[in-house]
Amino acid sequence: MSDISLTVETGETVVLLGRSGSGKTTLLRLINRMLEPTSGEIFVEGRATTEWDAIKLRRGIGYVIQEAGLFPHFTVAENIALVPTLEKWEKPRIDARVQELLELVGLHSGDFARRYPRQLSGGQRQRVGVARALAADPQILLMDEPFGALDPVTRAELQREFGALAKRLAKTIVFVTHDLHEALLLATRIVLLEGGKIVAQGAPENFLQQKHPEVRAFASCLDTEDSVVRDGGEKA
Amino acid sequence: MNTYTFFVTHRVEIFSTTLEHVELVLIAVVIAVAVATPLGIFIVQRPALRTVVLGVASVFQTIPSLALFGFLIPIPFIGGIGKRTAVVALVVYALLPILRNTYVGLTGIDAAVLEAATAMGMTPWQVMWRVRLPLALSVILAGIRTATVITIGVATIAAAIGAGGLGTFIFRGVAMVSDAVILAGAIPAALLALLADGLLALLERRLRVS
Repeated sequence: MSDISLTVETGETVVLLGRSGSGKTTLLRLINRMLEPTSGEIFVEGRATTEWDAIKLRRGIGYVIQEAGLFPHFTVAENIALVPTLEKWEKPRIDARVQELLELVGLHSGDFARRYPRQLSGGQRQRVGVARALAADPQILLMDEPFGALDPVTRAELQREFGALAKRLAKTIVFVTHDLHEALLLATRIVLLEGGKIVAQGAPENFLQQKHPEVRAFASCLDTEDSVVRDGGEKA
Repeated sequence: MNTYTFFVTHRVEIFSTTLEHVELVLIAVVIAVAVATPLGIFIVQRPALRTVVLGVASVFQTIPSLALFGFLIPIPFIGGIGKRTAVVALVVYALLPILRNTYVGLTGIDAAVLEAATAMGMTPWQVMWRVRLPLALSVILAGIRTATVITIGVATIAAAIGAGGLGTFIFRGVAMVSDAVILAGAIPAALLALLADGLLALLERRLRVS
């Protein structure tokens, strides 16, 4: 990656769009110091990530990945309670928070709290993944193709619900995807990456009007997708 | 003398020898677990040492057991005639399966799970204790199971250096050219191996997280 300058304002949902290998995940992982920059600096809440204690920084940033990465030996409740437990919250406070979050992500019916991840569907697992990221009420959320592995129907459902949730929670969100539909649906700003550089950015309303060839490439696949049958997705 | 009558007339001796055998195996396996598991955890964090450590353990495993017992006799402190030498040799044999399974179990964890653990703000220690170890437990236990079964077998040879155990009957039987006496050592040893294998397999299944 080179020559990147990007400012994400509080409350924005910035979608990093690009092909595989364009550097979008790398950029995301720089934010919570899963990677460190070889040159340049990344500031989170006004402080360079290398100045932050990495553990403290990460506990203050929600993180959702493809396939959710839930702990198979933890129940749903224990998964969601991860960061609060690490932060040594009192048990009643954790329990109340878990209930609240299950409600928030639409898993309040039944006894989801006591189930294990393997007993859930892909969509339910991803909901738990979102709940886990929100557990300690972080101001920032990082999401790396969170809905990428879901079937198209479930994906559309979660995208819609998450869009509504994001608006309501007013978090600062950085969201990685290669799916233009998803970007248009969720973003307040789309940032397009190609070969480790930012090549275009803009609000979803006028993003597609841009002349950059990579924008055109993404736009054209939107056209063909609309005319042909809309397919599940490249990364299943 | 037929085998049945030998078993009946020597049942007390067979029983106490079996206990002696179990004791030998238990001590060796406990020590091997205490050495190999932390070592396995260590080489996960120091990949540079992995090849060396697993290599040395593999070489140990290739030494013929009777030869190993022989080599140990002249060595001071850990060697000599008797139980202690036998335990040292048995530990050497039990190391590899436990070490290898510990390593494989700890490294064979879904990358997304480890990524999430680190990205949510777990320290490397927390990732090890709360994520890697619990998820590797059934694989580590499978290694302990293999080690135990091997040790039960190899421990019969320990009688050659005066460590006692069921091998006493086997060596005596060979010297006397008596099947009955050989079987008095071999059958309990085989039963012990089956029992240990079954019990540990049961435990392993209960610990498995799919």
